[in-house]
Amino acid sequence: MGDSISLRVTRYRPDKDREPASQEYDVPLRKELTVLDALNYVKNEVDTTLTFRWSCRMGICGSCGMNVNGEPRLTCATFLSDYAPGPVRVEPLANFPIVRDLVVDISDFLAKLPRMKPWIIRDDDAVLVGEGDGEYLQTPEELEAYQQFSMCINCMLCYAACPVYGLDPDFVGPAAIALAERYDLDSRDHGARERLDVLIEREGVWGCTFVGECTRVCPKHVDPAGAIQRYKLKAATESVKAFLLPRGAR
Amino acid sequence: MTQAPAVRRPKRRILPLVWLTFSGGGVIAAVFLPVLVLLFGLAFPLGWISAPDYAHLHAVVTNWLTRLVLLGLFVPMLVHSAHRFRYTLYDGLQLKRKLLIAFLCYGAAMAGAFASLLVLLSMR
Amino acid sequence: MSEQLLYRRRVSTWWWTRKRTYFVFVMRELSSIFIAWFVVFLLRLLSAVGDSRSAYDHFLDWASSPLVVALNVLTLVFITLHAVTWFSLTPQAMAVQVRGRAVPGSVIIAAQYVGLAIVSAFIFWLVTR
Repeated sequence: MGDSISLRVTRYRPDKDREPASQEYDVPLRKELTVLDALNYVKNEVDTTLTFRWSCRMGICGSCGMNVNGEPRLTCATFLSDYAPGPVRVEPLANFPIVRDLVVDISDFLAKLPRMKPWIIRDDDAVLVGEGDGEYLQTPEELEAYQQFSMCINCMLCYAACPVYGLDPDFVGPAAIALAERYDLDSRDHGARERLDVLIEREGVWGCTFVGECTRVCPKHVDPAGAIQRYKLKAATESVKAFLLPRGAR
Repeated sequence: MTQAPAVRRPKRRILPLVWLTFSGGGVIAAVFLPVLVLLFGLAFPLGWISAPDYAHLHAVVTNWLTRLVLLGLFVPMLVHSAHRFRYTLYDGLQLKRKLLIAFLCYGAAMAGAFASLLVLLSMR
Repeated sequence: MSEQLLYRRRVSTWWWTRKRTYFVFVMRELSSIFIAWFVVFLLRLLSAVGDSRSAYDHFLDWASSPLVVALNVLTLVFITLHAVTWFSLTPQAMAVQVRGRAVPGSVIIAAQYVGLAIVSAFIFWLVTR
């Protein structure tokens, strides 16, 4: 392993460039350094104009998602030494419009999340919760039912991996559906029917063709593909009931 | 003072039912087709195994239970093919005329289903 | 951030050739063509059997012609891909529980292969006895 590696980074200045181009930087190579460390090295020592998002640098905030050698990755969790001798191609997260350099426009994703009604929806009166116990009880088994889907850090790597979203941004997408499933499976929630109304639409779950790449790239092992397929079965069962059962029974 | 939430009536939607048929067709294709392709597609025509005696095969397929089962296998498999191919056209060729593609794909499946019915009924 | 200055990258028509998993996915989806073909093939067979002994012999001759054999070899390859991928994806698509415990994925997959074996054996027996 040499002591430096080349980074091939996408640059795009909206006021100056018609389209993105790549720029190469030599960065130090040590076994503990990540791609994010390399980007910060560039910004601090070489080129302060390089623009990118990052925050916790430990894989929990979901800010630093980018395409490294074509793969959607958290740059804080991607080691330079894995790509030696390089060069390492660092591009903005796929399937999102580029704002500047490595920063993408995530407003579409942010608009989709609240459509899932990602909060506990109750049938009963809200008043009851404040009085009396003021807390909901949940067994470990009930927690386990949805826990995996609650681990999402909104890093959008799954959207970058999803070919359906890349081809049709109307598709509501893996993380959003996993989020809906997280609440549907929560024993405290009664909102499954309301979420179904949103997801049973054409751009809801039905756009998914079970490529499964979203699950493969997820850094938190949420398995959004599994959530989506289970949701399809649930939606299909509800549809059969809607056709077969008389109105009162539904 | 609170009111009971309004009773929600889910709208009737056909796409979930198409998906269910697609799923069923997928299971049927996975479980029934391999042996049929092996036998009728390769082994019998190429003589690896001697082809079934005409009288015996005729008796098996013209049985009304067999005809019913075959219809129940063919239709879901045709819907499965149409549904999958429709999405392949969207994602593979990035075709934009979505309604036309859907119409052609499911239309072909319906034509195939109708043809299956005709063939199964007209065997004598 | 001005909307017009956002750069939207176009997805290449060849997006599915760039990664092995995408390529296998598209091949899996194309198996649908061969499934439809084989249903048509079976309908031709049934039509011949329902007609006469000579129509049946004529069908077998046609089925042994190089083009049809090649098509059916491809069909066998693609239907195998379909079955293998379908069986392996089922545990991910369905959470199966027996008596409150989750059934492991390997059991679900094995059960499907057992189903395949049973159906295949039955059809083989039915047709060749």
